[in-house]
Amino acid sequence: MTDAILPPPKKDPQKRTRTQTLPSGLRSRAALGLTAAAAEGRFMLQVCGECGALQYPPRDACSTCLSTDLPWRDIDPAGELIAETTVRTSTNTYFRERTPWRVGTVRLDAGPSVMCHVHGDAPRGGRVRIINRLDKSGQGVLYALPPEGTPNMEDDPQLREITADPKFRRVLITDARSESTPALAEAFAKAGASIIFIGEPEGWRPYPHRTALEAIPNVQIVPLDVTDTASVAELAGEIGGKTDILVNNARFVRPGGIMDRGDTVFARDEMEVNYLGLMRLAQSFGPAMRGRGADGDNSAAAWVNILSVYAYSNMPAFGAFSASNAAAYSLSQCLRAEMRPGGVRVMNVYTGPTDDAWHQPLPPPKVAPAALARAIVSGLKDGLEDVFVGDVAKDLIERWRAGAKVLEREMSETDGGGA
Amino acid sequence: MNVHATDPSALLGNLAEALATGAIEVVDLTHTLDQDFPVIVLPPEFGQCARFRMEEVSAYDHRGPAWKWHNFTCSEHTGTHFDAPSHWISGRDVPNGSVDEIAAERFIGPVCVIDCSDGAAADEDFELTPEIIEAWEAEHGRIPAESWVLMRTDWSKRRGAAYLNMREDGAHSPGPTPAAIRLLVEKRGIRGFGTETVGTDAGQGSHYTPPYPAHFYLHGAGRYGLQCLNNLDRLPPTGAMLIATPLKIKNGTGSPLRVVALVPGRN
Repeated sequence: MTDAILPPPKKDPQKRTRTQTLPSGLRSRAALGLTAAAAEGRFMLQVCGECGALQYPPRDACSTCLSTDLPWRDIDPAGELIAETTVRTSTNTYFRERTPWRVGTVRLDAGPSVMCHVHGDAPRGGRVRIINRLDKSGQGVLYALPPEGTPNMEDDPQLREITADPKFRRVLITDARSESTPALAEAFAKAGASIIFIGEPEGWRPYPHRTALEAIPNVQIVPLDVTDTASVAELAGEIGGKTDILVNNARFVRPGGIMDRGDTVFARDEMEVNYLGLMRLAQSFGPAMRGRGADGDNSAAAWVNILSVYAYSNMPAFGAFSASNAAAYSLSQCLRAEMRPGGVRVMNVYTGPTDDAWHQPLPPPKVAPAALARAIVSGLKDGLEDVFVGDVAKDLIERWRAGAKVLEREMSETDGGGA
Repeated sequence: MNVHATDPSALLGNLAEALATGAIEVVDLTHTLDQDFPVIVLPPEFGQCARFRMEEVSAYDHRGPAWKWHNFTCSEHTGTHFDAPSHWISGRDVPNGSVDEIAAERFIGPVCVIDCSDGAAADEDFELTPEIIEAWEAEHGRIPAESWVLMRTDWSKRRGAAYLNMREDGAHSPGPTPAAIRLLVEKRGIRGFGTETVGTDAGQGSHYTPPYPAHFYLHGAGRYGLQCLNNLDRLPPTGAMLIATPLKIKNGTGSPLRVVALVPGRN
């Protein structure tokens, strides 16, 4: 078992906040395939398209037949920990600050033996399972975990380096008025978040679930409107230094594309909330979060964007909304690059139609608020960068990867080609 | 001061002197344009009234070393604002119906203030009726043609959610009945009507026939509206002069503006 982490003490105001140092981010281009898989928490390796040989480490040509056809495939993560040691010192600053650090070699049932970081509860010489995750430099690394869960295993200090677990962290959910907010707040309370700040725009008009929000443990409702730069700057001034996880659930959704609207009024609102809202939040909260990536057990850990999966391929029935999400998606990549030196993860959660008023006439399947909340919390616990929640989003990203142009043509049918 | 002066230059000179001495005071009837000031809320499938928003362009810094300035955005109908006849469907064909077409002399005129603050305190759906107007006239004299009529409710003292006072069946705030606004427009020939609430109509004004009677009758007859007014408790029932000059927006249906009144000094 792992020693449970304790509620972090209040910060000593006389101590300098520790700067985030990073493990080496150098990788070959081929090895970035591991990083891409880690972004979704998938354990993948290259499998030769010609001879079927499994490759490790990643490479440009097959180690058996020299074929360059080396697609990435999901691999059985089971294996045996055949060697392990504990590093007590290192010339690398990042690891030097975090020793002791357990590493080892796992012989996969699938064949190759892989070098990996080793969880404290993984039994020496015993069965383990491999996970592929992003480290603080945003690169894919392999971890050996015990085959089954162990008590408090998520509190293992090495594991907590690659996750953004909400336990004891302070969360900001940006839009109290969103129909997703009660489920999100409940999920974070259950996951052990110490404070759940909820931003409330336009306190001068009521909304149905305010009382429900107030009843959730550790919730504090604070004024915030992502369309109002002054309001965002003011809240960041107050709580930016203790915002460990920011979940931007502010969205402006209206149906319609270009010609059936005939004006730019809703389009402007969509950009104000979905694109510029993200920009304002990032400009105000980003610097403080980036500066606190290594600030103890309640360090800044993650930034969560909830995006429409139609950011990838436009859904004409919600065409202008899709376009605003494409803009936000692009901006999230910029944010990810800017956050990376601070070790703060930017997790995009892509959803198809959500089960709310604006998607009411659409047929199921739709993503319920509770499902969205579960996906966000589990994504944070896994330290992911990309989460596709619900059947529509999962199906769409597969079709996009198979052929973006084919998908575009399919999406131009009124039903999104079955989406 | 020579109250019988008829020479225009002397009148203006007397006015300047009265303003300087405080014999005539200027009352600001305007709320601050503030991001958090409520705006009218419509069913969400309709286009909405843009909130007041401000972005800093520079503040004596690398974006502009010696100057500070902002870009701001809002609706024509955000904050303390003026409604032109073209705002309403009944006024769409009225001559000179947009703010840029209204003659400048129409922006300055006498004002009558009907105090409904006791009624509004007791009943949030308080109605201004012909009977109330006639009772006011019995005390203060007949409302002159071409005057502004303001409905004082002290609603401007409300803050936050109490201002729109939205419930599941809509907003609840005082306003005029159709008969009251017809009396003012058709029988008294007023120039415009103003309120402290978010609109010239009551919060439940959509349930009258016609819906939103103040908008319908005022603008249909080429008259003006003022809403989100402040400090009406500082105006006398009669004898003040209202100055309300909207921005000169081409084809504008209204405009945020600074509304002031000239009143006899308290000394």
